[in-house]
Amino acid sequence: MASMTRRKTVNAVMMTLSTGAAGLGLFVLAVILIHLVAKGAGALNLAVFTQDTPSPMEAGGLRNAIVGSLVMSAIAVAIGTPIGILAGTYMAEYGRFSKLTKLIRFVNDILLSAPSIIVGLFVYQLLVVSLGHFSALAGAVALAILVIPIVVRTTEDMLLLVPDQLREAGLAMGAPRWVVIRTIAYKAARAGMVTGVLLAIARISGETAPLLFTALSNNFFSLNLTQPMASLPITIFQFALSPYDNWQALAWAGALLITVAVLALSIIARLVTSRKEKA
Amino acid sequence: MSVVTEFETGPRATNPVARSDRVFGTLTFAAAVVVLLTLLGVFVSLAMGAWPAFQKFGIGFLYTAKWNPVTDKFGALAPLYGTVVTSVIAMLIAVPVGLGIAIFLTETCPRILRRPLGIAIELLAGIPSIIYGIWGLFVFAPFMQSVVQPALIDTLGQVPLIGTLFSGAPYGIGMLTAGLILAMMVLPFIASLARDIFLTVPDMLRESAYGLGMTRWEVNRHIVIPHVRTALVGGIMLSLGRALGETMAVTFVIGNAHRISASILQPGTTISAAIANEFTEATTPLYTASLIALGLVLFILTFIVLAAAQYMLRRMKQKSGV
Repeated sequence: MASMTRRKTVNAVMMTLSTGAAGLGLFVLAVILIHLVAKGAGALNLAVFTQDTPSPMEAGGLRNAIVGSLVMSAIAVAIGTPIGILAGTYMAEYGRFSKLTKLIRFVNDILLSAPSIIVGLFVYQLLVVSLGHFSALAGAVALAILVIPIVVRTTEDMLLLVPDQLREAGLAMGAPRWVVIRTIAYKAARAGMVTGVLLAIARISGETAPLLFTALSNNFFSLNLTQPMASLPITIFQFALSPYDNWQALAWAGALLITVAVLALSIIARLVTSRKEKA
Repeated sequence: MSVVTEFETGPRATNPVARSDRVFGTLTFAAAVVVLLTLLGVFVSLAMGAWPAFQKFGIGFLYTAKWNPVTDKFGALAPLYGTVVTSVIAMLIAVPVGLGIAIFLTETCPRILRRPLGIAIELLAGIPSIIYGIWGLFVFAPFMQSVVQPALIDTLGQVPLIGTLFSGAPYGIGMLTAGLILAMMVLPFIASLARDIFLTVPDMLRESAYGLGMTRWEVNRHIVIPHVRTALVGGIMLSLGRALGETMAVTFVIGNAHRISASILQPGTTISAAIANEFTEATTPLYTASLIALGLVLFILTFIVLAAAQYMLRRMKQKSGV
């Protein structure tokens, strides 16, 4: 056994290092946020929301990109949420003890962390090659594939937390299983399920890679789902790598908008569950 | 349909109530199958798309460094090398720092700060990678070029043997910069994961160790970390899976050069960066197929890493469930 002083010194050194690590990590992340706010806020103005993406060195905004992101995210959630909730319901209710559920849980966890650019390639093969052109719909499907695993995971987890006695009480009163699920299990698990959907929206609102070769981008305002559509992340990507000052400034403004949206969604998601815990 | 029959309710299966139950049950089953088919679909579609490239270049695609769109010759070695090198740099930095943060949050940190700091780190883990990318391009790369890289070249670059790792001109962008940005991106993820894992260690174990007179570091080193070792390795592999497939944080600062340099200060490329940069510009079918083949290689690589990660994390769940 090493001497007491030595052990104390080692302890002091290691605990200082860990505190230093925390300080360093928080410092770096704070620096990133400060730069983001400083550069982004300087570029933010009303025109960002009311005008479309400009030509180089002309005034303009991000309206088409913002609307495009909202449209594609909305469709992605509309496709992904029901599939995710139903699949999660199967895993926690009808197929709780089946081998299939184990397999799906494994597959779902892989999908949850799979590189998003792979999802982009998949949807490119599936919807862009077969239809012959890039489209907002393809972009939305790619995002939906990212939504599904998050919703599946939270739905299953939350439904498994619902006490079985509640279900048994409902069944004992003669309610069929799906009525029990709908009126009892979903109701008890609602806050957690809403959180899952909110986190999924937060996740896809900053995703760039799956849109690169599905929705592509569009310099003009468009609501046509069969045509390429602009989105905030892709516009940031293109504008940041351009040599034009006004495009770079818009990229920073867009980056700030996305970060604020993601943080707001994550905080709301947290509040939804914590309110439920208190009740 | 055999799965559906298990919740039919005997003779009443034909009445309307039981029928609606069956419809709903089938719907949930179908949705569950969609999840399975998605993963299968990803694999099949990538394999089909990559087929022309493998047909043309054979298995040599994996270890050929040539990437020439003009002569239509493609090999995956340079992006594969860049992917591995940037991920290794990222993990070498993010793992110790992330574990340090986790130990700080569970041991040293004043109690009132633990929750807010923990939440802050979890929130940061959700920030999209493109934010790290744009910051890396405009702020971090110039800083690397003017301060860090010249210093590295003048000091470590002069040391024999490892000097080649830090030789060449300071470009700002390059594999080291990309690795560092990746490290910053996975850091909050590793830290919050490790904190959650450390918190599963029963307090009684910690208290007994302290009762025996162990120091804080000894408790963590000899009790906490061994107790959760499998899960910790699983969490680190999960982060590695993220780093391997990360696209936007890397694409901005890697330099997108298809070459293998001994120096980590030089530009390179990764699989995801190559796909992101070149896919819409691929002019020949073979070029597109080669990029999809790169995607397939990345998918298989991350699949293995993620599957191993899951296996380890699940073992912890089973253990703590007892």
